[in-house]
Amino acid sequence: MVIAIAVVRLRNLFAAVMMTGIYSLHAAVLFVSLDAVDVAFTEAAVGAGITTVLMLATLGLVGREESTPRGRGWLPLAVVLVTGGALVFATQDMPRFADPDAPIHRHVAPRYIEDSPRETGVPNMVTSVLASYRGYDTLGETVVIFTAGIGVLLLLGGRRRGGDDGDDS
Amino acid sequence: MTHHIVLRVVAKLLIPLILLFALYVQFHGDFGPGGGFQAGVIFAAALILYTLVFGLDNARRAIPPGLLRKLMAAGVLLYGGVGTASLLLGGHFLDYNVLASDPVAGQHLGILLVELGVGITVASTMLSIFFAFAGRGGGR
Repeated sequence: MVIAIAVVRLRNLFAAVMMTGIYSLHAAVLFVSLDAVDVAFTEAAVGAGITTVLMLATLGLVGREESTPRGRGWLPLAVVLVTGGALVFATQDMPRFADPDAPIHRHVAPRYIEDSPRETGVPNMVTSVLASYRGYDTLGETVVIFTAGIGVLLLLGGRRRGGDDGDDS
Repeated sequence: MTHHIVLRVVAKLLIPLILLFALYVQFHGDFGPGGGFQAGVIFAAALILYTLVFGLDNARRAIPPGLLRKLMAAGVLLYGGVGTASLLLGGHFLDYNVLASDPVAGQHLGILLVELGVGITVASTMLSIFFAFAGRGGGR
């Protein structure tokens, strides 16, 4: 929370990028303490690792000081407060934390837990759910990453017009 | 970055370990935490470290960007190909039970191949994006 505010307040973008990395690392630690090791792994590798590097590479293109904003931006603040308030209000309807009777624990989770070791022979349930039962979703995720890569390559990776060191393919 | 002898030595020591760990995460994802996505990212991180320490030109020579682009597509094709193969073998799309003689072995094979596809695509995409950014920044 403190780090998030620091990210918003900092004018030096280099420090802000470092702060987002630290934030991701904290989130990973939080996931570990919630026993979600796979998610924590992803958060640490993607959020704290790759994202920070990519942001730094971007900073190399755009410079590291943020331009001073014009006006105070009350409208964005109002939008954020209303959205946040609505989200907090919506949590009132959610089941209590770690409630075994919550819908998410009664729908398909018992079947995965009871049947997936027998059906797939894979001890790590997260993997079997991701790759087998939810195979379509993971396929979509892979295609999304592929598309993102194509987009960046089309925008940045092609032949340079100014021509500093020629094309690379 | 050509004169930082400590950085170069430490990076040379670290990069093989990171690559090995990425492969471990990739193929051990069935049993411990991890899987294709994380493995791909760690793999890309090792190569990005190489790029940062030894320069973009060396990295481009080691991993040609044209190859990366083909790998990006190959990963998605591997994933889709597993799905189509199970379709052709008489199951549903991405139904791995039919891939081998008994369902459990089929599931195992399917998950392994699919995770491999994810890993290849993620690693090569991350590297391509990084190369694209770094190439624009004047080869940092």
